[in-house]
Amino acid sequence: MSVPAAARGPLLEIRDLTVLFTGPDGVARAVDGLDLTVGEGETVGLVGESGCGKSVTALAVLRLVDPPGHIAHGSSVRLEGRDLLALGAKEIRAVRGNHVALVFQEPLSALNPVLRIGAQIAEAIRAHESVSRSTARWRAVEMLTAVGIPDAARHAAAYPHQLSGGMRQRALIAMALACHPKLLLADEPTTALDVTIQAEILELLDGLQRRLGMAVLLITHNLGIVAERTRRVYVMYAGQIVEEAPTERLFARPAHPYTEGLMGAVPSLEERKDRLQAVPGQVPPATAWPGGCRFHPRCPYAWEKCRNEMPGLIEVEPAHAARCWLVSEPQRRERGKA
Amino acid sequence: MRGERRERVTAQPLVQVRDLVTHFTRRAGPLGSRRETVQAVAGVSLDVARRETLGLVGESGCGKTTLGRTILRLVERTSGEVRFDGQDVFALAPAPLRRLRRRMQIIFQDPYASLNPRMSIGRAVREGIEVHGLASGREADRRVTALLEEVGLSADAAPRHPNEFSGGQRQRAGIARALAVEPEFIVCDEPVSALDVSVQAQVLNLLADLQARRGLSYLFISHDLAVIRHIAPRVAVMYAGRIVEEGPSEAIYARAQHPYTQALLSAVPVPDPATKRKRIVLAGEPPSAVNPPPGCPFHPRCQHPGKDESCRTTRPELRELEAGSRHRVACHKAGE
Repeated sequence: MSVPAAARGPLLEIRDLTVLFTGPDGVARAVDGLDLTVGEGETVGLVGESGCGKSVTALAVLRLVDPPGHIAHGSSVRLEGRDLLALGAKEIRAVRGNHVALVFQEPLSALNPVLRIGAQIAEAIRAHESVSRSTARWRAVEMLTAVGIPDAARHAAAYPHQLSGGMRQRALIAMALACHPKLLLADEPTTALDVTIQAEILELLDGLQRRLGMAVLLITHNLGIVAERTRRVYVMYAGQIVEEAPTERLFARPAHPYTEGLMGAVPSLEERKDRLQAVPGQVPPATAWPGGCRFHPRCPYAWEKCRNEMPGLIEVEPAHAARCWLVSEPQRRERGKA
Repeated sequence: MRGERRERVTAQPLVQVRDLVTHFTRRAGPLGSRRETVQAVAGVSLDVARRETLGLVGESGCGKTTLGRTILRLVERTSGEVRFDGQDVFALAPAPLRRLRRRMQIIFQDPYASLNPRMSIGRAVREGIEVHGLASGREADRRVTALLEEVGLSADAAPRHPNEFSGGQRQRAGIARALAVEPEFIVCDEPVSALDVSVQAQVLNLLADLQARRGLSYLFISHDLAVIRHIAPRVAVMYAGRIVEEGPSEAIYARAQHPYTQALLSAVPVPDPATKRKRIVLAGEPPSAVNPPPGCPFHPRCQHPGKDESCRTTRPELRELEAGSRHRVACHKAGE
C-alpha cells in the first residue's frame, strides 16, 4: 500500500499562502502569495531580515497566527497531502508536536516557568501519545540525554530559569522532538546564543535529523548558517519569496539583487573588505509595500519596468528562480553596475 | 611650543589600561540573603592609540561590556588604572572629570539606552553641545543640522522622536549624539548587533568614515568575529574577565594561538557552501565569574593535547610568542 515518495509529493507544500494583519495603519500583507516546499528528510533554509514575513510563515503552517492576523482564503498548506488549513481545531492540535514541531529563538517564552523541564516534556509526550506517566517521564529523560544535556535525570528536575541559555534551547529541542515529528520548523533557533553554543546546537540538530529522518525548515537571517546547514534555500523580502535555489547555486550565482546585496553586506571572517556593500534604505513597513517590484526603491539596477510591474518568479536555471526582471533582461545587470 | 607638546602626547597611547579589575557584589541565594562577588573584569591591560580601532571580542558574560564602561568610569573600578591622554581617570576631581567625559563617549547596542524617548532627536543631540558649553543659539542649531547630515539623517529628522525611526536610523541618531561633544575616543558597545545585515553594513561604513574624517579612536566591542575583523586592525579576545589573546587581526584570524580563540573562530558559520572547516566543539560552559577556576580560566574546556598540571594551577600571563610580533597570548602551551 506504500506509495513512492515522488508520487506522494513533498512532505510540506505551501501554495499561495497569504497572511494579513489588520491594524490602525491599514492591512499588512505580512506574507503574500508564498509558495514553498520541503521534501521528506530535507533541510531547507528560509532567509530574510526582520519584518520580511519568515516567522509568520512558520506560524501559519501550524495555524498559530493570532488575531488580528489571519490566513487569507485561497492559501493552502499541505502536509503529506493533507490540507492543514481545512482541519478542525482538534485535528490541528494533533498535528502540532506530533507531525510538525516548532522551535524558536527565545526558549524561555516557550517553556512553562513553573514546571520542571522533565515534566513539561513528559506532558508534551502524553498530549500526543497514550503512554503511562512513568513511561513519559522515562522518555523525557531519554530525550534530554539525546540533546546532549549532561546528567539528564538531574536536569529534568530543574526549572527553566535554572538552566543556561544553551541548555534551555536544548531542552526546547528535546520537547519539540519528543514525539518524533516529520518536520521541524526552526525559527532562528540559535540567534540568542553565543557562537560556540550555536555551533553545538546546530551540530545537535544535524545529528538528530540524520538519526530521525526528520525534515527541517531552518528560518534564519544568518547566511553562514544557511550555507553550512541547508541544501536548498528560499530568500524572502517584503512578504514574498524573491529567490529560490539549491544552496550552492545561490551562493555561487545569486540572481536577485537583494540576495546579492545581502551577500555583499556581510563582513567576512577570511578577508577584510575595504568597504561593505550596504543595501541602501531599509525594509518598508508591511502596510506600505512599494508598487511594482517591492525591492525597486533599494535596487541599484531598477528601471521603469521595475517601478510599474511586479515580476513573478522567473527561472534562472533548473531549480533556481528569482523574482526579478533582470533574469529576462540580463544585459541590464552590467549596465546597472556601471 | 604647541607643536612640541602635540608631539609628546601623540607618542603615548590615548587610552592606557593597566591591571584593571572590576568586581560587583550582588545578592544571591534564597531571598537574596547572601552576597556574592562577581569578578567581571579580572585584571586587564590594554592600549588604544590615537585614530586606532581596537576590537574587543568575546561571548556573553566575558566582561567586555563592563570593561568598556569601567574605562569610561561609568562603573567604578576595584583596582588598577586607566589613563586617558595621560590623565588618571579614577584620580580626577569632579570638574576635570566632567571635562574629560566630553572627550570619551559611548554608543550602545540599543540606542534607546542613550536617547530619551520623550526628547526629539534634535534636542538629544543639542543637549550635549549645550551642557559642555560648546555652542548655543543659532550656532548650536547649525551644529545639530550638520551632525544629523553627517550621520546620514536629514535635517528634518530633528523634530522627530526616537520611536519614529527604524533601528538603523536610531543608531545613527545615537552616533550623532555621541559626536556632538567632539569626542576623541568612543566605546562602541555592540553598536550593530541588533541591526539587520543590510543596515548593519551601512552603520559599519558610517563608523569607518567618521573615524577617518574626525581622527577618532574606537574600542569596538562585539561578539561577532566577522564584524570585528572588518572594523578593527587590532583585536583583543576576552574570556572570563581576561584578555586571552591580542594582536594584529591578520595574525589572530589566520594564526590564532589560544585554544579558545581557535574554537571561537571555528564555530562561526561561513557564508560559503564550498568551505568545509573543522569545527572545534567546546564542551561545557564558560566558568562562573563568582568562582573562577584556579590556573588558566579556560582549562576546564580546553582541548589542547598538551594540557597539564600547570594549566590547572598557574594562571598564564599574556606573552609575545615572537619578539616584536605584537601578537600576545595567555596560554602555557601556545607555540608548543
